[in-house]
Formats: sequence, structure tokens, C-alpha cells
Amino acid sequence: MNQPLTVTSHNLEGSPARALITKIGLDGHDRGSRIVAAYLRDAGMEVIYTPPWQEIQSVVQLALQEDVDLIGISSLATDHLIIPEMMAALREAGLDSVEVFVGGIIPEQERPMLLKAGVRAIFGPGSQRDDIVECAKGLAAESREKKQQAFGG
Amino acid sequence: MSKVSDYVDNLLSRLRNGEVASLARAISLVDSHADVGNALHHAVRPFTGQAEVIGITGPPGAGKSTLINALITELRGQDKRVAVVAVDPSSPISGGSVLGDRTRMGEHTDDPGVFIRSLSARGHLGGLSASVLRVVDLIDAAGWDVVILETVGAGQSETEVAEVADINVVINAPGLGDDVQAIKAGILEIADVLVVNKADSPLAQRTERQLKAMLQLRREESQQVPVVSTIATAGSGIEELVSAIGSQSQSKFNASKSERLLDRTRRLLAQQAAEQLKCWLQGDTSPESASIITAVIEGNCDNEKAITDLIRIRYGAIL
Ligand SMILES: Nc1nc2c(ncn2[C@@H]2O[C@H](COP(=O)(O)OP(=O)(O)OP(=O)(O)O)[C@@H](O)[C@H]2O)c(=O)[nH]1
Ligand SMILES: [Mg+2]
Repeated sequence: MNQPLTVTSHNLEGSPARALITKIGLDGHDRGSRIVAAYLRDAGMEVIYTPPWQEIQSVVQLALQEDVDLIGISSLATDHLIIPEMMAALREAGLDSVEVFVGGIIPEQERPMLLKAGVRAIFGPGSQRDDIVECAKGLAAESREKKQQAFGG
Repeated sequence: MSKVSDYVDNLLSRLRNGEVASLARAISLVDSHADVGNALHHAVRPFTGQAEVIGITGPPGAGKSTLINALITELRGQDKRVAVVAVDPSSPISGGSVLGDRTRMGEHTDDPGVFIRSLSARGHLGGLSASVLRVVDLIDAAGWDVVILETVGAGQSETEVAEVADINVVINAPGLGDDVQAIKAGILEIADVLVVNKADSPLAQRTERQLKAMLQLRREESQQVPVVSTIATAGSGIEELVSAIGSQSQSKFNASKSERLLDRTRRLLAQQAAEQLKCWLQGDTSPESASIITAVIEGNCDNEKAITDLIRIRYGAIL
């Protein structure tokens, strides 16, 4: 029963998905992000939760150090306008495999801008818990797939 | 096979070069017990032994994370590169968790001389996660000077940190219910340094007196455990804490890195041996082992002899 040093896989199969739930910009209303953090925890994920007002560079550092699979940004006022800048910073840091979704109040006409910047999903008011969880799980799985490929798996 | 060893080599050299993303990724692999995690851990071994590992344990809400935040500031002032591994409990129902310790260390997020990683206990009891020893080795090999470990809010019998950390700081604070109950003798046993945090509270002096009284009941040597009082939120008492940690480390390891590493590796092996042996013994359903166990049940053999016999019949050939 000695555990020899044979290597058969190097995926993270079976280990919980890791999500960063945070807020950037100036708005401090964190009820939404708290609720989503609890949803994902109850769905078995490991959630890094931060207070609001994170700088874009801090989000990059958090995502890097915590090796998260997805980032959820809550925006209730105008915070979402700096999301494209955040997406660029993530790419700059080589975090292309991290998937991003957004929740909160996003005016219809500004959604295409976010999606074009690489945001994968947007959840408006009244979104269902199951839909959010389902989507987050799917995105986490995609992220891991990409990470494995990036390392030549 | 060669693809995988290429992968490990690649990750290892990037990690050794100080690439944060590679360290973070390596930690995930080790934490998920992927096979490559074993290979990675094995590969970093020759590069370990430089980092000092400081464990911080104590009851929920005592101020562990806030104290670590202040410790980082102090150690950064000494130009040390500081890594933190913070373990939070997981939900027994969903297995998920909200990892919130680093929230209190937010001011250091953007400092390239600080690396913070949150881990979930993933159901592991004892105050840490099952992978934490190996995670510490990865960080050590990546060249960080100090690794600070925050256990889950403990204070009862979660003394596992003593197997991982070189120096153990046990922290308590007034106002956590019955002061003496909040921290039990078992956890005092492992303390190299005791901290009474929240010294700004009027009840802090009483907590300090109680802790000192409890220390008196311990063995001779342990009476030398320094008691430091701190206000983590204001950063006061932190200089004293760092110097208490330093002098305990000095007397424990004669300031010798190799002695420290020898001690750490011995603890690692003992821990793994215990796990492996447990696994072996529980899986051994042979008639020979059944007859030894029956002898125990019937009172014809004491536990110690039975254990030796069980190991011998099964593994005598390879021992
Ligand atoms: N008055 C006062 N409050 C403090 C002090 N240190 C920490 N706190 C407060 O105590 C609370 C708990 O602090 P944490 O650092 O989260 O405690 P912890 O031990 O890490 O808690 P867990 O990780 O949940 O077990 C927070 O509200 C802190 O602001 C202190 O020295 N004085
Ligand atoms: Mg904490």
C-alpha cells in the first residue's frame, strides 16, 4: 500500500471550485454580493469574499494568489463601467482562464459592452438562485479546463 | 509520464523564480490531492528549510487575523517577505466555505512582498487542512522568509498546528464567554508564546492573570512561556510579540536553520506515519489480526502489545 510516485492525472477533479466574490468602484452596498457568496458556499464552493471598494489591481492579486476559477462582481450603481478595465488587467496578468460574471443593476444598453469585454454572464434583479449556481458551476468547470490546457495537460 | 514530469519541472522552475501564479497553482494541486501534487511536493523538498513557520491559534474572534495583519506590517518593516496561509472551516453539509480571514489583511493585498492564501479545512479536524504541511513546503521553496499559519477558530483540542509550525503563538482575548473555558489546557501545552489580545478592553488584565495562573500549573519549562499583551487593531505590542517569537525560536533551534528543518521534517514524518499506520491497521481484516484483536477484547492482551503484534504479523517482512 506504499504510495509510489506515479502520476496519472493532474486535474483538480473533485476538489471544490474556488470563487472570488467582490465589489469594485465606489458603491458600498454589499447585500447582493453577500447573498451570492452564501449561494455558492451552499453549493459546495470555496468562496473568497471581500468587502466592497476593491481596487482593480487588488482584484488581480486576489485572483492570482487564491487561484480562483471564477470572479463574481456585484454592481448596483456605476461600478460596472470599470469592469472592462478590470478584464484587461486580468488578461494582462495572464489570468485568461478565470471566468467573470456580473450581478446587480446593469442597464440594458450597457450589457453588450460588458459581454464584449469578456464577461460571461450577467444577472439582473430577481435572478433565481438555481440559475446563478448553475451558471457559476459551468463557468468554474470551463475555467479548469482552460487552466489544464494552458499547462499542457 | 514524461509529459507530467515536464509539467512538474516547468511549474517548479517558475515557482522557484518567484512567479506568484505558479505558486498559487501548485498549492491548488497539492490541496486537491491530485497525483501531480505528490510529485510536486517531492520535487520542492530539496529547496525547503529556509522559511520560518509561525502558527497562530486561538478561539474564534480572539483576533488572529487582525494580529496577523499587524505582524505582516512589523515583519515587512524588517524587510522580510511574508506569506500567510489562513484556514477556515468548511460547512459539514455542503462542503463549501466562505474564506474571510484575509479580509482583515486587506491593506497588504497589493504588496508584492506579501502572499496570502486561504484554504478550507475541507472537513479535516484539528484546526488545519490535511494538505497544509505540503502547502508550507511549497511556499518555503518559493523563497518566502516567513510563513504565518492561521488555524480555524480553535481553543479546545485543535493542537495540530504544533506539528506544522516551528513556533506556536496561542492567542486569547477577554470577552469570549468564560475566559478560562475559551482556552483549554491542551492548547496551552503547545504555546511557545501566549498573547492576550484586545488589551484595550477593561477585562484584559483579568484574562492575563488567569492565563498566567494556568501556566503556573504546567511543567517547569513551560513557565518560561512569555505572555505578550497586544491591541491588534492598533498595532500595539506587536514589536514585543515579534521579539518574543524570535527569542523562543532562538532557544528552540539554537538559531540553526538545519535544526529547525530537522525538527519540522520529523514532525511531518510522524504525522504521515500515524495516518499510514491507521490506514493499514483498519484495512487489515486477516484472520491473524482478528485473533490478536479478540485477545484484546477478552482481556488477554494489552493494547500496546496488540499494536506491536499487528504491525509485526502484517509488515514484519518489510520492517
Ligand atoms: N477592541 C479590539 N478589537 C479587536 C482587537 N483585535 C481584533 N479585534 C476585533 O475582533 C474581531 C475578530 O477579529 P478577527 O481578527 O477576525 O478574529 P479571528 O480570531 O481571526 O476570528 P476567526 O478567524 O473567525 O476565528 C474583529 O471585529 C476585530 O476588529 C483588539 O486588539 N481590540
Ligand atoms: Mg480569522
